[in-house]
Amino acid sequence: MEFSSRARQRHTRLAGDRRDPYPHSLQFYQEPPTENISLAEFESFAVDRLRLLKVVENLGVSYVRSSDSYKMKLEAEFRRLKFPYKALAEDDYDARRKDHISHFILRLAYCQSEDLRRWFLQQEMDLFRYRFNELTEGLRQKFLEHVNLQFEAISEDLKNELANELSTSTPGFTMTKVKEQMFYKVGLSDAVDLFRARRVFIKDGFAFVPLKDIDAIVLNNYRQKLSKALALTARSLPSIQSDERLQPLLNHLSHSYVGPDYSVQKNTGKISLDQIDALSVKSFPLCMRQLHKALRDNHHLRHGGRMQYGLFLKGIGLTLEQALEFWKKEFIRGKVDADKFDKGYAYSIRHSYGKEGRRTDYTPYSCMKIIMSNPPSQGDYHGCPFRHSEPELLKQKLQSYKIPPSGITQILDLVKGMHYQLACQKYFELTHDLDDIGFSLNHPNQYFAESQKLLTGGRELKKEQSHLGNSQQKSNSQESMTSTSTPSSSNTTADAELEGLEAYFTED
Amino acid sequence: PAAFDASPIPEDAPVLPFPPGENYFQLREFSFTLRDDIYVRFQSFGSPQELERELQKINPYKIDIGAVYSHRPSQHNTVHLGAFQPMEKELVFDIDMTDYDDVRTCCSSAEICSKCWTLMTIAVRVIDRALVEDLGMKHRLWVYSGRRGVHCWVCDDAVRKWSPALRAAAVEYLTLVKGGAETVKKVNLSEPIHPFIRRSVNVVEKYFEEYALVGQDILGSPERWDKVLALIPEDILSHREPLQSDFPKKRDSVQRWELLKGKMDAPCYADWEIMLQYCFPRLDINVSKGVGHLLKSPFSVHPKTGRISVPLDLQRLDQFDPFAVPTISSLCHELDAAGDDGEQEDGGETEPKRRVRDYKRTSLAPYVRVFEQFLEEMERARRGEQLRRSGKRREEKQPAWGPGGAPWLWGAALFL
Repeated sequence: MEFSSRARQRHTRLAGDRRDPYPHSLQFYQEPPTENISLAEFESFAVDRLRLLKVVENLGVSYVRSSDSYKMKLEAEFRRLKFPYKALAEDDYDARRKDHISHFILRLAYCQSEDLRRWFLQQEMDLFRYRFNELTEGLRQKFLEHVNLQFEAISEDLKNELANELSTSTPGFTMTKVKEQMFYKVGLSDAVDLFRARRVFIKDGFAFVPLKDIDAIVLNNYRQKLSKALALTARSLPSIQSDERLQPLLNHLSHSYVGPDYSVQKNTGKISLDQIDALSVKSFPLCMRQLHKALRDNHHLRHGGRMQYGLFLKGIGLTLEQALEFWKKEFIRGKVDADKFDKGYAYSIRHSYGKEGRRTDYTPYSCMKIIMSNPPSQGDYHGCPFRHSEPELLKQKLQSYKIPPSGITQILDLVKGMHYQLACQKYFELTHDLDDIGFSLNHPNQYFAESQKLLTGGRELKKEQSHLGNSQQKSNSQESMTSTSTPSSSNTTADAELEGLEAYFTED
Repeated sequence: PAAFDASPIPEDAPVLPFPPGENYFQLREFSFTLRDDIYVRFQSFGSPQELERELQKINPYKIDIGAVYSHRPSQHNTVHLGAFQPMEKELVFDIDMTDYDDVRTCCSSAEICSKCWTLMTIAVRVIDRALVEDLGMKHRLWVYSGRRGVHCWVCDDAVRKWSPALRAAAVEYLTLVKGGAETVKKVNLSEPIHPFIRRSVNVVEKYFEEYALVGQDILGSPERWDKVLALIPEDILSHREPLQSDFPKKRDSVQRWELLKGKMDAPCYADWEIMLQYCFPRLDINVSKGVGHLLKSPFSVHPKTGRISVPLDLQRLDQFDPFAVPTISSLCHELDAAGDDGEQEDGGETEPKRRVRDYKRTSLAPYVRVFEQFLEEMERARRGEQLRRSGKRREEKQPAWGPGGAPWLWGAALFL
């Protein structure tokens, strides 16, 4: 690690006290940070951790968690984002501090709803599990002592004495394996699942748990603590929400997308209106295909649908003039007359192109935003079909689009597991006759761009070169993850502004 | 059966030991079953004397003990929904003879006899061993239910606070016989054999010959041995036929069992599986799981048999005879006799009070002694713990169960 001379001075001067607040690279995040930080650091720390958690999520779905691929890729991300990883305490202070602070910031952002809490808890647990298992035995023991988990490793003598019992009570442990691995003495209440199923040796009210099962126990402990903390945080949220500097950032974090924002299109003007019908079938993600069809069928879309679809169209290259023509032609076939269109809807289309009012150039919605915010109600067609449609209806729709039954089953399984974007990726694969999508989907415009690339020969159709020879695994080397663009601006306040405007022109 | 009005209730003390210094007694739920099957829950009392008065007043048929709650149970309606919660309760086990009907040849349902009572002896031994050696429990009170089973009350401080999940986990750990009427083979073992199973088999083995082969004669006739052979796994079918043809040649169950065992070799544990299916304890998880679950009070009178629910002396477990347990009538007779013989100690004493102290002259005395020893042990442990914590300063706390630790006698139950 490189130090500037100033940093080196700081390092040597504070070496003693620095280590104290963060004696381990890992922690249970029980004490919130108390120092002052700048808003800039606040934001960048939070965004980096969010990136890390998203990587954790993606890798967790695509790879077996203990596999080398998983570990390698996650490690790379740790280094890149400067989170604590296998460094000596003295060298790791900044990373540990960042880890500490960023966790607490994200708690604020992710405690606000059941969905958010669940997501955050899941990723933080996976993160913790990975880091815990990467520790050396000695560090692990020290960490357990530090967090007061009374799991003492039993002595070699005791282990030898109990070797036979340990081996007959712990599945998968021959006498040899017993001799090799550490065993810990754990209270019964901490090892409930093991002890109820008689998968562990118990004596005098204690369970003797092998190292490989300890992480499950520690993890359970961590989950309980974090779950409680999140609930508590949610209760104290109102006071944080009143801070004007923080609330927009927190809001935006929980809806954020960290990739290209498709706001500036190189392809502007390259699409013609009469192509849209065909494109909607071939290259639109399901959400946009659905919106387009609803628009054609009903000659109308409500506000949510207009925003989601309209911005998407902008992202694929429709100019303002094209957009105005497109929407007007369709709305006129419905109940809206030309005059009314020009007075109301046209204004808001120009607004979303940045030609009116605040003149913000609105960016097309990312998958995250579509999935997490503004769920559709009766009569709406926006949202993410994988998230918001009834599975039965989704199934019917996919059948009508001639998706093969096995593919539909796979999609529905992913939906059940709440992996909506992966379900959409599967949809991409099925509609483009691919084994492997080859990228990680998180934006509808990305879907479109990739689809077009494929169909127009911009990228060769090739089978994924799997590192482990397992054709089920996906590569995660995609452009979007390495983007350095700042997160897209929050559209929430702007949306509200537009909505107010719309109400003025009474919707049907 | 005689109705008995005045209850020979001795000095105050609740049946179960309550930790000193807390108002546990006021927070403890009692429930009563009155005549005509009227059941009242959430009864609580300010003091043992108050409980005694209530008992004398309403003469319940059955008395059950529940949990220690967050608020006085009798006032639970005045508390916010959700705020009234059971805080702790002894971990309890209930073993009932009817759960063994499929493997008893002598009796069925409510009947018991000296032959099948051994099942309870085995159950106590197997479970108690596990409670002490595996689960590290110290203060267990085993009680005869009064009719056809036994109960266990585990009173360790920590265990009283166990969650329902942990209680259920303990029952699962202790369960080997699984399946209902539709399941033929209820015990299935595979390697490696967990120490709990091995040690339980060791206990069962001590009783198996006497109980199952001689007493129950489980291989005594083709009808009976077919049931046993049906438990030998399919893939070892080759054993069944030779056994079926050889069995008649043998004289009795003991010989036939030897033959059967001889055919077993690891990894086949069919002989163990048979022993366990015929003898291993069968617990009711629902009784143990709930923190708020109510269970019959020790020393109460069983409404159907009149027998007192007495503590079991683990040192003399094998000699316990449920038919020799005092009944309410026999106790009354004994008390009357004692009253006639004894002199008036105090001029001012009323009759019931004198009777009160005389329980020591009845056949209940030894059972009371068992209970007292149990309480003394708990008290000793508690003092030891306090000593450890407070260092030199010794707390002379009065046990909440009153002077002498004398128990209640629920003599007032009416039964028909």
